[in-house]
Amino acid sequence: MSALTDDTLPMTPRAMRDEMIVFAILAVLLAIVPFTGIYPFFVMQALCFALLACAFNLLIGYGGLLSFGHAMFLGTAGYVTAHALKVWALPPELGILIGTAAAALLGLATGYVSIKRQGIYFSMITLALSQLLYFIYLQAPFTHGEDGIQGIPQGHLLGILDLSKPTVLYYVVLAGFLAGFLLIYRTINSPFGEVLKSIRENEPRAISLGYKTDQYKLLAYILSGTLAGFAGSLKVFVAQNASLTDVHWSMSGEIVLMTLVGGLGTIFGPVVGAFVIIAMQQYLAGFGQWVTVIQGVIFVSCVLLFRRGLVGELAHLLRRSL
Amino acid sequence: MQALYAQLLVGLINGSFYALLSLGLAVIFGMLNIINFAHGALYMMGAFVAYFLLNLGGISYWWALLIAPILVGIFGMILERTMLQWLTGLDHLYGLLLTFGIALIVQGVFQNYFGSSGLPYAIPDQLKGGVNLGFMFLPIYRGWVVIFSLVVCLATWFLIEKTQLGAYLRAATENPTLVRAFGINVPRMITLTYGLGVGLAALAGVLSAPINQVRPLMGADLIIVVFAVVVIGGMGSIMGSIITGFALGVIEGFTKYYYPEASNTVVFVLMVLVLLVKPTGLTGRAA
Amino acid sequence: MKNMISALLLGTALTLASAGLASAQDKTVKIGALSDQSGLYADLAGPGSTLAAQMAVEDSKLKDKGWKIDIISGDHQNKPDIGTTIARQWFDVDKVDVIVDVPNSGVALAVNNVVKEKNGVYINSGAATSDLTNAQCSPNTVHWTYDTYMLAHATGQALVKAGGDTWFFLTADYAFGAALERDTTAVVTANGGKVVGGVKHPLNTADFSSFLLQAQASKAKIIGLANAGGDTTNSIKQAAEFGIGKGGQKLAGLLLFLTDVKAIGLDTAQGLNFTETFYWDLNDQTRAFSKRFSERMKNSAPPTMVQAGVYAGLMHYFKALDALGGNPHDGAKIVAKMKEIPADDPLFGKGEVQANGRVIHNAYLFEVKKPSESKSPWDLYKLVGTVPGDQAFTPLDKSSCALLKK
Repeated sequence: MSALTDDTLPMTPRAMRDEMIVFAILAVLLAIVPFTGIYPFFVMQALCFALLACAFNLLIGYGGLLSFGHAMFLGTAGYVTAHALKVWALPPELGILIGTAAAALLGLATGYVSIKRQGIYFSMITLALSQLLYFIYLQAPFTHGEDGIQGIPQGHLLGILDLSKPTVLYYVVLAGFLAGFLLIYRTINSPFGEVLKSIRENEPRAISLGYKTDQYKLLAYILSGTLAGFAGSLKVFVAQNASLTDVHWSMSGEIVLMTLVGGLGTIFGPVVGAFVIIAMQQYLAGFGQWVTVIQGVIFVSCVLLFRRGLVGELAHLLRRSL
Repeated sequence: MQALYAQLLVGLINGSFYALLSLGLAVIFGMLNIINFAHGALYMMGAFVAYFLLNLGGISYWWALLIAPILVGIFGMILERTMLQWLTGLDHLYGLLLTFGIALIVQGVFQNYFGSSGLPYAIPDQLKGGVNLGFMFLPIYRGWVVIFSLVVCLATWFLIEKTQLGAYLRAATENPTLVRAFGINVPRMITLTYGLGVGLAALAGVLSAPINQVRPLMGADLIIVVFAVVVIGGMGSIMGSIITGFALGVIEGFTKYYYPEASNTVVFVLMVLVLLVKPTGLTGRAA
Repeated sequence: MKNMISALLLGTALTLASAGLASAQDKTVKIGALSDQSGLYADLAGPGSTLAAQMAVEDSKLKDKGWKIDIISGDHQNKPDIGTTIARQWFDVDKVDVIVDVPNSGVALAVNNVVKEKNGVYINSGAATSDLTNAQCSPNTVHWTYDTYMLAHATGQALVKAGGDTWFFLTADYAFGAALERDTTAVVTANGGKVVGGVKHPLNTADFSSFLLQAQASKAKIIGLANAGGDTTNSIKQAAEFGIGKGGQKLAGLLLFLTDVKAIGLDTAQGLNFTETFYWDLNDQTRAFSKRFSERMKNSAPPTMVQAGVYAGLMHYFKALDALGGNPHDGAKIVAKMKEIPADDPLFGKGEVQANGRVIHNAYLFEVKKPSESKSPWDLYKLVGTVPGDQAFTPLDKSSCALLKK
């Protein structure tokens, strides 16, 4: 099986510096959004999906594991957070914490089952597990089935930050995104990340070097799921609802699409991909059915023409690591 | 008890569709190493071709059974020539994503022109009505579906496992270079195989047209379940997917009786269980 | 999208131009038609609802009185989060005043919250959930056309009275199906009937044979279909295949639209009973409107009841605007006015908007014609009974709406 990504560039101080510069530019650009007149809800939503795609990318781009069920983390954390805020009337910080913790637990349970499987069987078992969860959420009374959990109170973060004010909410979501992003970045460049990459490149070799590869993969899987869950918890505050859409397999497909468009295994790719796809859904909505067709065309052309994704192709062109 | 016989039979009927579809998927995966996400869309196209043949050309159901698979098969071969063949040697993921994209395009185009509610297709006159079996009323058409698909499945199995041509095919997937050395045109064989798999999907589409509405999304709802069938049966295994297809139909039938809410989900429970016990499916080889 | 951008530009230009003379009366209104433009409900609502809204704007003649009315449309794709995002953006950025249509109960309830938060006006025509005027009612919401309570009552009552006193339910396994089954069961038992069984099937089931066999075995006189869309059409089609009609059992579609009947075809659908609140061939006025409507539709289809409800709801809204004379941006105030004015429009006839936002008008019991009785492609129904509005919809004293407890 050939590798999914080809970041053959070694991790050098220069590459690190490049990445930090891009990150700084990104952070500044995002920070000034509220002053530009760009609609903040759109950016917030895109940020949540960007974090989700980054979490997913951690698994596939660096662990070589294609999960076709990542929506289950998004949805689970969303439902738990929504329920905690609305029914238990917990403050936002606790809601996020419980939601993310639920995703982590789910990651542990499903990871334990799925991680031993290879390649396509891993994708299929994650798909099956997420379908099971979909069914559970459809049946469980607390999710309110098709109607979803609606009208979730946003509350005051830490008792002071009024999240019903769009600007405040925006900076909270942005802070969450940046924190999650940095955590992923740090993980990739840690010794743990290096082992992960070596497993992706050649698992038998990593085993022969004495690494317990299953444990590494499980850890990466849980981390990815937890961060995806964190994104799901944040999204609750933006959308103010939690619904079955977020657990459906087509959502898992969308996550793959975002990451693929941006570039598998690139650091900034998933962010770009998420913004592109969310913007498309927003601004092409008037085309009705053609949106599906356009999405399909993007899939096809990504696979056939620029397999590295937008950012991956750019990085390749500039011979930089992005 | 009578009710159970009825459910068993109804399960077999649904199983025929699963078997036909998963058989096509298995053939394609076995020969091309591609997980064909577009299978559901091609199944839908089969049903639509039957509809057009009848309503625009006045061509009957019986001819549609022959013509639709050929037309859709040709369409499939064009897809393979223009797109899929470029993915040889790449990770499975890319084949999956590419065909997923193709499925979106095909479904989107059909939705745009034909809406979502679907079009009616009548049961052919010769197969109308039903017989009372004592424990249930069996529509003749349903009986026909079971028998016909069983015959098609076995014929396909025979073609691939027992004939000279099938032997070439199987050899070509194991070692394309060697087979090429024998003077066999491997790419053409692969294209034809994809056409065959796709044709089977279209055939299932024609068979289902009189039972379900002819809808652009009829395949999208089904494809995930059929994937599960293929995975349970073991990717690429011909007999495995036929047997699993029918078996799953029956299991689903019983679920519809005892716990109907879960009937769409039972297949995934099975899939998780099977993969836990036998990582490569019931009869599969390593991916 | 293109029309959205141009509408946006136009809006900006207009605000600039009118800034000088806006001191007297603000007479600018923007309508957002939020619907399923591509999925399951696109045929019964979707683009047709946008057309209905346009026709309402033209027919209201408010333009002659100095009003400036724009329409934008959006596709919620049957996803609550997309629906709320569009709604929020419409209020925040595009300065929309009223949202109409919104089929799909889940999306409808989600949008309901946004409209209330932004103090807009919400005229829902497409959604079935009776929660909109009960547990989740809002001072900004008017629910036109139909709801689960009405469907259950009108159909259930009529069929039991006609001798269909034993029922078996095929229920879609989600909130809408459950509500429909619950309400119908109540009506059936209240009228002396009995429910002998039921089966809950997953949403979007392709094959109903197993469930239909169970229904057949139950020997119930009526098989109630508490489902919608593709599930309903498939169950009806397959019921015919299993000879259920010939065996003496009768099917009752609890929610069936004109487009569904058309999709099933008269051959299979003939004899079905169900309830709607509008049919294009009811009287001269509905025929006149439908003629104008279908001339402008892509496939020359006449309006469904949902599309008619969009038209009627907006016409009533315009009456309230006219009565208020201007400043149309305080949603709750306009809805209060809509509740004051008696409803009377060419499509639904006389009615009223109740304090909980529920619109009361006649409901009609229809039967699908035999192929031999149908004279034109859309000549599908015959009228078998009329249920007066006050008997068809939730009585106010049974509504759990908090607005009523003042």
